Amino acid sequence: MSKIIELKNVNKWFDKFQALKDVNLEVNTQEKIVICGPSGSGKSTLIRCINRLEEHQEGQIIVDGKEISENTKDIEKIRAEVGMVFQQFNLFPHLSILDNCTLAPIWVKKLPKKQAEEIAMKNLERVQIADQAKKFPGQLSGGQQQRSALARALCMEPKIMLFDEPTSALDPEMIKEVLDSMVDLAKAGMTMIVVTHEMGFAKEVADNMIFMDEGRIVEKAKTKDFFDNPKSNRTKLFLSQIL
Amino acid sequence: MINILIKPTKENLKNFVTIGGFLVFISFIDVLANTFLNLNFTGFLPSKLSFFAPLIIGTIGLYLIRIEYSGNKLLDKINTNFNSNNFNAILSLIVIFALIKYIPPVLNWFFFDANFAGNTKEDCTGSGACWVFVKVWFNRFVYGMYPDTEQWRINSAFIMLFGLVGASFFVPTKLKKYLLIFLIFVYPVIGLKLISGGEFGLKYVETGAWGGLSLTFIVSAFALILCFPVGMFLALGRRSSLPAIRYTSIGFIELWRGVPLITVLFMSAVMFPMFLPDGTYVDKLIRVLIAITLFEAAYMAEVIRGGLQALPKGQYEAAKSLGMGYWRMHFLIILPQALKLVIPGIANTFLALVKDTPLIFVVGLLELAGMVNLAKTNPKWLGMAMEGYVFAGLVFWVICYAMSRYSQNLEKKLSTERN
Repeated sequence: MSKIIELKNVNKWFDKFQALKDVNLEVNTQEKIVICGPSGSGKSTLIRCINRLEEHQEGQIIVDGKEISENTKDIEKIRAEVGMVFQQFNLFPHLSILDNCTLAPIWVKKLPKKQAEEIAMKNLERVQIADQAKKFPGQLSGGQQQRSALARALCMEPKIMLFDEPTSALDPEMIKEVLDSMVDLAKAGMTMIVVTHEMGFAKEVADNMIFMDEGRIVEKAKTKDFFDNPKSNRTKLFLSQIL
Repeated sequence: MINILIKPTKENLKNFVTIGGFLVFISFIDVLANTFLNLNFTGFLPSKLSFFAPLIIGTIGLYLIRIEYSGNKLLDKINTNFNSNNFNAILSLIVIFALIKYIPPVLNWFFFDANFAGNTKEDCTGSGACWVFVKVWFNRFVYGMYPDTEQWRINSAFIMLFGLVGASFFVPTKLKKYLLIFLIFVYPVIGLKLISGGEFGLKYVETGAWGGLSLTFIVSAFALILCFPVGMFLALGRRSSLPAIRYTSIGFIELWRGVPLITVLFMSAVMFPMFLPDGTYVDKLIRVLIAITLFEAAYMAEVIRGGLQALPKGQYEAAKSLGMGYWRMHFLIILPQALKLVIPGIANTFLALVKDTPLIFVVGLLELAGMVNLAKTNPKWLGMAMEGYVFAGLVFWVICYAMSRYSQNLEKKLSTERN
């Protein structure tokens, strides 16, 4: 097991408001981490810093041996290796599902169109919507859209996948189909950092749990320990409210 | 007998409809007789009352036949569409009467009393329009002062253009790309060389002789094609995170938007040559084209910026998270969506541009409206302003309506929300 992500004393401010306070975190390859915590606690900000959708002001973030800095070329390389799934899917509505999946491989990784389409179809089959490939995002259900978004990220063949509340915008009955795809992905050995409130999913998949509050990592523990005997009172309170 | 003051009811349907229908019928007869036979049945009344008599009679008639759910399909249709209340009844009558009164004179002027045959002003004996004027000057309206013997060059340039554009709809997608590149980068050079001449054994025709409708097309087409990319880069520049680029774009846009086009054209003709080193000469038409392009680009930039701002932030984030840089993100993801959103605004700017072209008269270039202006001051054809401007107006309307329809089709075609 080797380190693939390392955060050292990361601090981030939005103007006066400090969103992240001295965050330290190490993630090994193939490790699955679930981050939970109340809203506004900085969990989304934390994973968005990992592919620099947000800038951090202090500390170091090292992804796959490269430190995230001002250098835009490096950031683009890191982003190509780090897939992300958003709460609002963020599919490109002017392109078909297949084109959504092949666009970045063709233009960023410079794959030939044929090969990109093969990879896309493979990933769409993996999330079980290969039959919708020719449709546009607006024609699919929320669950199908989120699975397409997952397939789109996988087409870049990333080393790490980040999930920013992937099921929060879905109808209850569609949550399961998305979580199933994520469980499959976890079993295939992907390194995953997931921000979610789905504790059932966390228990099934996560190696480690992280609880955040007010920009700090309050508790980090093995999944079983985290749920069975949380150490901090704040964690206990949070778990008692959502379980 | 029925009391007219009471509300019309379904029970007395027959009586009300008979009386009401009769009154409406009379009001129509009065207007028709007045318009076509010059008879005035109500002439014995004071003149103002006489003028409004049909309106009053008709309104009373319509009031009497306003019976809900009468069971008569025709009556119900009239009541719901023209006669739902007193105010609507009066409006309906005014519109119908105005159409009856004013359409025939317009038609008479255009067709029935108009003169089509002949070659001089004296052939126009009727009271209507003198289309002989347009017929005689048609060649000049289309080609300006371009020499008659060389006009085939303009024709072939435009036939080539329409041929290429037409072909681009039918050729397979693979060839389309090359055809478009040819159309945008190679054709303008060929077209301009063909029209201006001076090489390949073609006689040189100076741009001052170009004119009429063909000049309208040339100026509009070049400005349309050029102002679009310039506007796009200005829009991106105004949203750039680099202050130097942002403030340059803002300054440029606000400068051009704040100045009247006519001033810009005048400056391009009079002031601009002063800044050039001695001996260099930039053709008048090219200066005008650059001025119009930059002017319209400033408007285009703001239209496109509107589209950029309407896109959700998530689209930028999704593109970034896939490893796309600034240009790939904008050309593959952001602009295709933003431009689609603002097609109506772009069409608006394009239409305004086409209708702004007559202003180039200030530098001595005469496109269609300018040629009309010139022709009407010809001593042999004095008093033909109406015909000339109506003709020019119709031509502009046809061009603009075609563009407007095309933009609507484009909107439909590019819509991906086919739920």
